[in-house]
Amino acid sequence: MSGGWRIPGRGAGIDRQRPLRFRFDGREMEGFAGDTLASALMAAGVRVVGRSFKYHRPRGVMTAGAEEPNALVEIIEGAQQTPNTRATVQELYAGLQARSQNRWPGLGFDALAVNDFLHPFLGAGFYYKTFMWPRQFWERVYEPIIRRAAGLGSLSGRTDEGAYEKAFAFCDLLVIGAGPAGLVAALRAGRAGADVIMAEADTQPGGRLLADLPEIGGQGARDWLAGVQAELAALPNVRVMTRTTVTGAYDGGTYGALERVGLHRADPGDLPRECFWRIVAKRAVMATGALERPIAHPGNDRPGVMLASAMPAYVNRWGVAPGRRVAIFGNNDSALATAQALTAAGVQIAAYIDPRPDVPALQDFPVYRGAQVVGTRGRMGLHTVQVRHADGVSEVPADALGLSGGWNPTLHLACHMNGRPEWDARIAAFVPRDGMVPGLTAAGAAAGGLSTAACLTDGARAAATALADLGLPVPEMTPPGAEDAPYGIAPFWAVDAGGRAWLDFANDVTTKDVAQAAREGFASVEHMKRYTTQGMAPDQGKNSNVAALAVLADATGQSIPDTGTTTFRPPFVPVSIAALGAGGRAKGFAPERRLTSDAQSRAMGAPMIEAGLWYRPSYFPRVGEATWREACDREVAMVRGAVGVCDVSTLGKIDVQGPDAGRYLDFLYTNRMSSLKPGRIRYGLMLREDGHVMDDGTCARLGEGHFLVTTTTAAAGQVMRHMDFVQQAFCADWAVRFASVTEHWAQFAVAGPRARDLLNTLLDQPVSADSLPFMACQPVTVAGVAGRLFRISFSGALGYEVAVPARYGAALFSRLVEGAEALGGGAYGMEALNVMRIEKGFITHAEIDGRVTAFDLGVQRMLSAAKDCIGKPASERPGLMDDARGQLVGLMSVDPADRIDAGAPLYAADAPARAENWQGHVTSAGYSPTLKGWLALGFLSNGRARHGEVLCIHDALRGRKLMARVCDPVFLDPEGRAMRG
Amino acid sequence: MRLTCPCCGPRDRREFTYYGHETFLHRPAPDAGGQAWDDYLHNRDNPAGPTRDLWYHDPCGTWLVVARDTVTHAVEGSEALA
Ligand SMILES: [Zn+2]
Repeated sequence: MSGGWRIPGRGAGIDRQRPLRFRFDGREMEGFAGDTLASALMAAGVRVVGRSFKYHRPRGVMTAGAEEPNALVEIIEGAQQTPNTRATVQELYAGLQARSQNRWPGLGFDALAVNDFLHPFLGAGFYYKTFMWPRQFWERVYEPIIRRAAGLGSLSGRTDEGAYEKAFAFCDLLVIGAGPAGLVAALRAGRAGADVIMAEADTQPGGRLLADLPEIGGQGARDWLAGVQAELAALPNVRVMTRTTVTGAYDGGTYGALERVGLHRADPGDLPRECFWRIVAKRAVMATGALERPIAHPGNDRPGVMLASAMPAYVNRWGVAPGRRVAIFGNNDSALATAQALTAAGVQIAAYIDPRPDVPALQDFPVYRGAQVVGTRGRMGLHTVQVRHADGVSEVPADALGLSGGWNPTLHLACHMNGRPEWDARIAAFVPRDGMVPGLTAAGAAAGGLSTAACLTDGARAAATALADLGLPVPEMTPPGAEDAPYGIAPFWAVDAGGRAWLDFANDVTTKDVAQAAREGFASVEHMKRYTTQGMAPDQGKNSNVAALAVLADATGQSIPDTGTTTFRPPFVPVSIAALGAGGRAKGFAPERRLTSDAQSRAMGAPMIEAGLWYRPSYFPRVGEATWREACDREVAMVRGAVGVCDVSTLGKIDVQGPDAGRYLDFLYTNRMSSLKPGRIRYGLMLREDGHVMDDGTCARLGEGHFLVTTTTAAAGQVMRHMDFVQQAFCADWAVRFASVTEHWAQFAVAGPRARDLLNTLLDQPVSADSLPFMACQPVTVAGVAGRLFRISFSGALGYEVAVPARYGAALFSRLVEGAEALGGGAYGMEALNVMRIEKGFITHAEIDGRVTAFDLGVQRMLSAAKDCIGKPASERPGLMDDARGQLVGLMSVDPADRIDAGAPLYAADAPARAENWQGHVTSAGYSPTLKGWLALGFLSNGRARHGEVLCIHDALRGRKLMARVCDPVFLDPEGRAMRG
Repeated sequence: MRLTCPCCGPRDRREFTYYGHETFLHRPAPDAGGQAWDDYLHNRDNPAGPTRDLWYHDPCGTWLVVARDTVTHAVEGSEALA
């Protein structure tokens, strides 16, 4: 072992034929395939891997697992920087680059280590007491200082470009953890034919078997493991997911799990970095094992001090010696067994220290019984352990110290649905109760059974319970024999010897902080936790919460169970937001819906604008047009003077059929639809049940029992849901059925004085003004394709909408645009459409924003007096028909060149622009080339009685102020001559 | 959270849209008066325990009444309105 830290002949988990180069703080180092970053650093002799959170004390690797509080590093991949990565679970790969955290300028000398000398002033509640005053200092001075000094790793500040995945899985039985208990449970359930998922956070199944190498059923642990793995692999109904940590237990048997997919590979290729799983399981076995807890003794945070159980893991899995002279300090039989196992592996044990007076003293190493560790020495790494015993204090030279204060069952998942565990005095730890999470059973060490034999037996039992619940046969199984030593423990939490003894290493919380919190009145565990920040670091107190509770219990003179427990919440390990939100970025968040004319519109140079998820052309620029306004003005003039074509397929279309269809629509719309004659169309208004307008649109009667309802683009989904509710809740026995056909039909508005001329070039049977009057519809054949023709207008011009099955949309759009251009017109976009509908006072969801009633819109007459409809009773409440409410009006700027903006507030002409003078607001505005001025729609208190009044539009947000005249919202052709012509 | 759609089986909560308590099924007569309509539209209890509320299964368009417990989050069952 001289000259290196690797132990020859040990380390079955690494491949010495595959060396891997990596960098830590810029230093080139070498490890092996199978190493974690932590094992490779230890093998390279690196003792200090980071600085602590508050006092900036040097820290070394403490554990061999996910609970690591100290060895948090930044992993750098190109521009990416992932902070707070636990070196104990980061697998080594060629070229890995890691950087230590929380130090400046370097690990060896850290300027902020001065905090360590200031510790008498930096105790519990320090932030709350110190940074209180003066108040304005908080944002400018205190917070930036605290953020730089404290805190953990840093982010790159760049967008995370990494790929992440999400996935769903379903099973009969989810086995969480693949240690001895989990393996036996999966095996038994697998043999029974159950669909089993076994999720293991580690790179391979085995759990503690990989570290402790116990004999099982007369075999070596690895041989037994290989046999079980082979059998599981041969069962098609069992899926073993490694590198997958179950992070949370949720309602309905749903579990969250984080899989590391590409994070351990030098070249991940197309693989995502991580995948977040949602696993739905009928039953679950929580075989998550147990976590060893350290002992709070003075100087217990020195590099070289680690969990006793981590030591055999480094020796047996990675072939790394934790030290050349190792001391063990423990209060339980597992600590003694660890010392024995390390000796057997060739590690020199300098001392075994145990507060219990009756430990067998005859060992192959010096035993201090009835003894405690009262201090350590070694600035950048342990070199001496101070042991107090009956005969005084001994200075024991040791470069590593293993701590074991006992084991805490890893019961976090069981607590995620608010269940509280119970105290088990037998093992001096909390254990899960039955039924904390419905359908979940704890097994093995997670249930408090701490021997290998107990795990094997309990895993088989838990599987049998789950199989019986699932109604599956329970195959006979005799678990193999294994080590079953009784576990003796004398509770021992903290050494009382002066000096700082750490509980929460990650957040720098000491026993003194907890005692001080209790003294200052923060004696409940939830208060103590917040006051000291105990358990609030990335490790969430995995190896400190119970000891902190014990110290608090001691300070308050209560028992541990009376003091309480802390609450464990998901996630069990840190989960990146990117993994949780996988698939939800950019187009994953808002997928695109494209019109059948999309490609042509883009080819014509039209900028596309979002309308919900749809993309619609804003305008179609022509050569010589410098601004969108020029294009828009030209398109409006085209429609008013010749003919324009616009894709309106985004409107919701709902096909309603059945003998009771008319009766149903009467109940849905404010006005009557049952009296509509086949071949006719009526404008309709739908209210919400609270009396406000939900949507407007047209209703066409295609046949006796056949209607086609259109909705606005924005409300299509809401209207469909509403129609389903009304039908299923109130008239389920009526003979009516409906379906959305929005995407079945491509529909184009053809508008302008030449609209009929254009259409007749394409219709197999031409139409005339009389054959298809305003608000009529008929089936047509368009260039041989069966379609529908509606004579409706949203522009106020002579207008039609022609619909063909969506697959003909692109072709029809081309023919229409070509024909329109030949007649002096062309395609028009959303900008022109909007200007023309404002000219006509037609509303959109800019006006019907959910707060508006039919009365406000001035269409109260559309509420049929002769029938009930959804929203009618509530709409008649006096408050909703108050003249003081905003009423729809038109607005024209007094100086036609003055631009009006949507959203701007309205004031009386001479009133200052203050909230108490607010009289209404502008909902839509645009420049009308037809009327040569700015027009707007808006809501104005008592507006219908105020036509002719001049108001002030003062838009403080955009810094614009102008005068505008109130008028009727229909600016153009109020009699509708053009569209009826 | 998972809910069972009578049409599609047990599905993830993300597929459903919440509406409110099943009170919405008991629409008063048009002339029932202001208090009845106020209660129907706005006044709701905030139960700690069993409740019955309305959910819409977006993919298939089925409205359900779901019986569940707001304390334990247990879902007792669900049935289609129609
Ligand atoms: Zn469904």
